[in-house]
Amino acid sequence: MNKFTGVDYYNVESLLNEEEIMVRNSVRQFVDDKVISIIEKHYREEKFPNYLIKELGELGLFGITLPQKYGCAEMNNVAYGLAMQELERGDSGIRSFVSVQSSLVMYPIFTFGSEEQKEYWLPKLATGEKIGCFGLTEPDYGSNPGGMITRAEKVTGGYKLNGAKMWITNGTIADVAVVWAKLDGEIKGFLVEKGTEGYTAPEMKGKHSLKASVTSELILQDVIIPEKNILPGSKGLKSPLMCLNQARYGIAWGVVGSMMTCYDSALNYAKSRIQFSKPIAAYQIIQDKLVFMLTEITKAQLLNLQLGRLKDKDEAKHTHISMAKRNNCEMALTIARISREIHGANGILDEYPVMRHSQNLESVKTYEGTHEMHTLIIGEDITGWSAFE
Amino acid sequence: MKIAVCVSHVPDTAAKINIGSDSKNIDQNGVTFVVNPYDEYAIEEALKTKEKFGGETVAISLGGDANKETLRKALAMGIDNAVLLKDSGFRDSLSVAKALAEEIKTQGAELVFFGKQSVDYDSSIVGQLTAELLGYNCISVVISFSLDGNKITCEREIEGGKEIVETALPALITAQKGLNEPRYASLKGIMAAKKKEIIEKQPVAAQNYIEIISMKKTESKQAGKIVGTDSSAVPELVRLLREEAKVI
Repeated sequence: MNKFTGVDYYNVESLLNEEEIMVRNSVRQFVDDKVISIIEKHYREEKFPNYLIKELGELGLFGITLPQKYGCAEMNNVAYGLAMQELERGDSGIRSFVSVQSSLVMYPIFTFGSEEQKEYWLPKLATGEKIGCFGLTEPDYGSNPGGMITRAEKVTGGYKLNGAKMWITNGTIADVAVVWAKLDGEIKGFLVEKGTEGYTAPEMKGKHSLKASVTSELILQDVIIPEKNILPGSKGLKSPLMCLNQARYGIAWGVVGSMMTCYDSALNYAKSRIQFSKPIAAYQIIQDKLVFMLTEITKAQLLNLQLGRLKDKDEAKHTHISMAKRNNCEMALTIARISREIHGANGILDEYPVMRHSQNLESVKTYEGTHEMHTLIIGEDITGWSAFE
Repeated sequence: MKIAVCVSHVPDTAAKINIGSDSKNIDQNGVTFVVNPYDEYAIEEALKTKEKFGGETVAISLGGDANKETLRKALAMGIDNAVLLKDSGFRDSLSVAKALAEEIKTQGAELVFFGKQSVDYDSSIVGQLTAELLGYNCISVVISFSLDGNKITCEREIEGGKEIVETALPALITAQKGLNEPRYASLKGIMAAKKKEIIEKQPVAAQNYIEIISMKKTESKQAGKIVGTDSSAVPELVRLLREEAKVI
C-alpha cells in the first residue's frame, strides 16, 4: 500500500501554523505505524487495542487543550481537531476513545470539578494510567437527555445513585465514570469509581459498527459515593451539553480523516483497476464520483478550520459546531459508500478500509446528537422556532 | 557530556520527484520534506544516551531556512539545542563535512551521531568524512550502541551477518535502521520546542571538488507484450526473445 500523504487540494496546510502541522504529522505517523497495521484484526475480533492507551498518553493526545499544570499539552483547538482527524483516519473507535477521555471525562472534571478532583484525576487521565467514561444517555432517553430517570439522593457523607445508562463508550474498561443524575430535580455530575458497590458496566455485544471500541451499559443500584465525588460546578442539563459540544467538535474533524482514507483508497484503486482495457479512473462516472468526494473533503476541511479558529477565539456557538458535525458526518458516510462503489466487490473486503469506515460512520452520524437533532438545533437558531420542544 | 546529532532535510521518500529546469536540481514544487529517516535513529540514540548518562544534546543541520523544520522536529523529540548552518548553495560531501566538523568542534561534542546516509543524494560518506576531519573514531552502519565509561561497543551490519566492534570516545557513529525505534514528537514536546531557539550561523567556506553536471530520471519501464495465451505462441515468443530481447 502507498504511504498516505494527505488530501489537500486547496493547500489548506498553508493556513496552519508550524506546531499544528507538527501535531498532524506526528499523529499521522503514529496512526500509520500503530493503528493501520492492527485495526482490521481488532475490528474483526471486536477488541479495542488496550495496549495503545499508554502510547496515546505518551503522545499527549488526552486532554490536548487543557493546562500543562495538569500534565496536558495546552494546545489550541485546531491542533486538537487535526489530531482527531488523523486518529479517525485509522479508525472511528480509536478516535472515540480519545474523544471520550478528553472531551467527556477530562473536560467536565476540569470545568466543573473541584481543585482536588482536578489534581487527582487529570494527570492520571492525561497519561492513560486511568480511563474514564461518560454516562448521560439512557435506554429511553437519547435525543432527550433532560428526561433522564437516573437519580441521586443525599445521604449521610455522600450520595446514593440509582439508574441505568446505555451506549457508554469505554464503560467496561473505565476506572471512573462521569455519571449525570438528577439531584432534587436538577442534573448534576458525579464521579463513580470502578469497584464501587452496586456499580457494574457490562459490555454491549452484537454491534455491526465501532467494533474496535468498547460500548457498555452502566448499572447503578444503590451506589453510595462520597461527598467529594460530586462535580460541584455542574448545574443542570447545560453542563453535559457543554461536554457534548467539545466532543462534537472533535467528531467534525475526526470524520474528515475517514473521508480522506476512503477517498485515497478509491483514487488508488481507480487508477490501478483495469476494465475494458483501461483503468476505471479513465471513465467519466468514476471521475464524477472522485471529484464529488474531493470537493466535499475540501469543503469540510475549510469548515473545520474556520470553526477551530472561532473556537480558539471563544466565538464558536454550539450551533456552529452542530453544523460541522451534521454536515461532515453525513458527507463522510456518503463518501464511504461511494468509495465502496468504486472498489466494486473488492470494497466489501477488509483488505480495504472502506467498509469498516462505512459501518463506523453509521454510529458517528448518530451519536453525540443525531443528524436530525443537529438539523433542528440549527433550525431553531435561524428561525426562532424550536421544532422539538 | 555533549552529544551532537547531524540532521538532514530531505524529500519524503513517498514524494514524486521531478528534475528542475536547470537539470542540476530537483523541482521542489509540491514536494514534502522530512527529517532524513536514518537521522531519526541518530536523534533517538542521542536522546537515549543523554537519558542514561546525562549531558546535553545539540542538533546541527546545514542548508536553507527550510531545514528549520527538521531541526524543530529534533527539538520536539527532545533535543536540547539546535544550530542551523545557513547555506542554500550546492556543497559536495566533503564541503558539508568540513562545515559540520567545524561546528562540532565549536560545540565541544565528544560523541556524534549521524544517519548512515541521507536518502536524497545517497553518498553515504558525510559521517565518515566528518570523523576523519575531527580525528574521531568512527563506526558506521550501527544497529546497536552501548557506552560504558569511555568505551563504546557497537554491532554493525556486514554482508550476510553482523560484527561486534569496540572503540573509545571521542567517536562518531552512523545509524542504521534497527538501531532503535525513534520516538514520536509528542504534543508536549512540540510545545516545549516552541520555546527553544534555533541558532543560525554562517558555515565555514570550503571548496567543492565535485560538481553536478546533470540529473536524469531513470527511464520508466515499458509495458509488457502478450504474444499469445497458448502453445501456438511459443515460436513467436522464442523469436522475440532471440531477435528483439537478445537474451537467448
